[in-house]
Amino acid sequence: MDEVVGKIKINNDLGVHARAAAKIVALGNKFESRLYLKKGDREVDGSSILAILTLSCPKGTEIAARIVGKDSAAFMAGLRELVERKFGEAK
Amino acid sequence: MRTGTGESQKTLRGIAVSRGIIIGKARLVDRSKVKIFYQYLIGDDKLSREIERFKEAVHTTEDQLNILKNGMPEKLKGHAFILDSHMMILKDSMLNDATIRKIHDEKINAEWALKKSFEEIKEIFAQIDDEYISKRIKDVENVTERILRNLSGDKHPSLAEINERVIIVAHELSPGDTSELNTSKVMGFITDAGGRTSHAAIMAQALQIPVVVGLEAATSLVAEGELLIVDGNTGEVIINPDEETIIEYQERQLQHEEYKSSIARVSYLPAVTLDGHAIAVKANMEFLEEVAAAREFGSDGVGLYRSEFLYLRSKGLPKEETLFEDYREVVEIIAPAPVTIRTLDLGADKFALEAESHREMNPALGLRAIRFCLQNPEIFKTQLRAILRASHYGTVRVMFPMISGLQELLDAKEIFSHVKKELDREKVAYDENMKMGIMIEIPSAVTMAEVLAQYVDFFSIGTNDLIQYALAIDRVNEHVAHMYQPFHPALLRMIGQVVDAAKNAEIDVSVCGEMAGDPLCVGILLALGIDELSMNSRAIPVIKKIIRSITLEAARADFGSVLDLRTANEVRAYVYDRMKDLLPELDEKGYLDA
Repeated sequence: MDEVVGKIKINNDLGVHARAAAKIVALGNKFESRLYLKKGDREVDGSSILAILTLSCPKGTEIAARIVGKDSAAFMAGLRELVERKFGEAK
Repeated sequence: MRTGTGESQKTLRGIAVSRGIIIGKARLVDRSKVKIFYQYLIGDDKLSREIERFKEAVHTTEDQLNILKNGMPEKLKGHAFILDSHMMILKDSMLNDATIRKIHDEKINAEWALKKSFEEIKEIFAQIDDEYISKRIKDVENVTERILRNLSGDKHPSLAEINERVIIVAHELSPGDTSELNTSKVMGFITDAGGRTSHAAIMAQALQIPVVVGLEAATSLVAEGELLIVDGNTGEVIINPDEETIIEYQERQLQHEEYKSSIARVSYLPAVTLDGHAIAVKANMEFLEEVAAAREFGSDGVGLYRSEFLYLRSKGLPKEETLFEDYREVVEIIAPAPVTIRTLDLGADKFALEAESHREMNPALGLRAIRFCLQNPEIFKTQLRAILRASHYGTVRVMFPMISGLQELLDAKEIFSHVKKELDREKVAYDENMKMGIMIEIPSAVTMAEVLAQYVDFFSIGTNDLIQYALAIDRVNEHVAHMYQPFHPALLRMIGQVVDAAKNAEIDVSVCGEMAGDPLCVGILLALGIDELSMNSRAIPVIKKIIRSITLEAARADFGSVLDLRTANEVRAYVYDRMKDLLPELDEKGYLDA
């Protein structure tokens, strides 16, 4: 099974709040692969908005994304793009 | 770090039903919040059915959220995200999958499993440092409650517990709920559902607290403890107002209060038109405490004393003595002016009597009011005894609600005279000339008005129910509430027909629905020949002011031709046009709703 791992730095002012977490979940719904997000030594299910929120990621947080599945590379590219666009937020 | 909710100001628009402006904290009251839920173990053979039951409740919840989202006004589409996130939480593995797993592994019922899942999430959220994120538990709670509601539908929380000054935010409030409100604490309330004339709205007007209803998604958009401005004059609700807005509204609040008291100061003056026609302006009452307001605002008596409150408040049925004491107190305070007591107007659903406790498909068309009383003559007799006994202490009139034709009236009269004979035998004093009348609120009674008039001393037109029954509009259904139109030409013709029947039979006729207290309706009701109006006390000052500012002759000339108009909108536009010319000052102060 394909697995892609990458480091991601949250750079929007609000951090991964509800709306941002919702966008990650919505992105994941477009792919077959499964996303896991890890901060420190805690890894959570990236398809759960609640789990992502409990990771608590303010601006500047570094998290590791692990994506497992056939389209994991495309998923990772999409995720990076979403985070770099600051989840579509102005700041 | 963000403090508070971090949300910016937003404005919702609903239906203004009770005037005044308030600024205060939101208290979310989910009236169908499930407090008591049952915990039980599920047998292996029933586990898959229990999981299915949970999935169905989730599915129903999803449908409800979709309806909410699609029904959102264009201006609020930006907030649809909140509902989207609720939808995601609904399907979130931490809530959804976890619950299913618990049902399966622990063999417990869905409610219990869901509650456990929620508690687990709550615990995790409580450990999050970021206050903004930890507060999102509110969204999880909201979704959990929605599912629970769809699982059980157990509804027994209490509003009486509220003990700080707050603005209630609820999906809907029933008359029972409103009767529990502690008005010294509750500044006002806003609801998702409801129309201008829902019972809750009527209660609020009686309580003189500002209320906006029909906001559709207030319970989803307002967070517990958020600052709200409720403008009961315009129907605007502002969530998280900025400082500038607060100052602006404080100013408006002050102006509103000043104008209101300037009218109230002269409310003791009689309601006589400029050309000398006296109109009786009376008060509608719901509970004893309102009797002070009825006097204070210069009413010519109580035109409608709704007698349901004592029945809603007491656990079993109220005793004759309790009813009598209550009626007597009102009668004595209002004397020598008359008090019209309407007999019980509740449906069977309000009574915990075993035989009637089943839910009716159509309570408005079901076993209620006089129908219920005729089927439960002992309850009816007890109330009639109390009313008759109270008549000894002042001037009382008794009125039967929901009369649909002569037979019911005759049956009610028979019980009434039976009760009188009983009191005679017991040598209990009562007013032998006590007047007896009926509510005209069912279209068939309008058609039969000429016949009915032969058997009663007065008619009182209950426009709220008459509109509901004549136009087939459920006034608490937000989807059709806009079609609940007092200015519908059919209704105006019906009122005209009832007035004519009453005048021919030389009996009194009054209007006691919301229309009576609507400044816009005064001219037209006078023109139709109504000479008695009964309304919520707080409306009396402005209605009296209007009556004192116009001539009956002008009203007849202006509104005589209204019956020729063909649609409610035409009538409304015409009436507003005439009234604003007659009363420019009231129009400017926002008392005439176009």
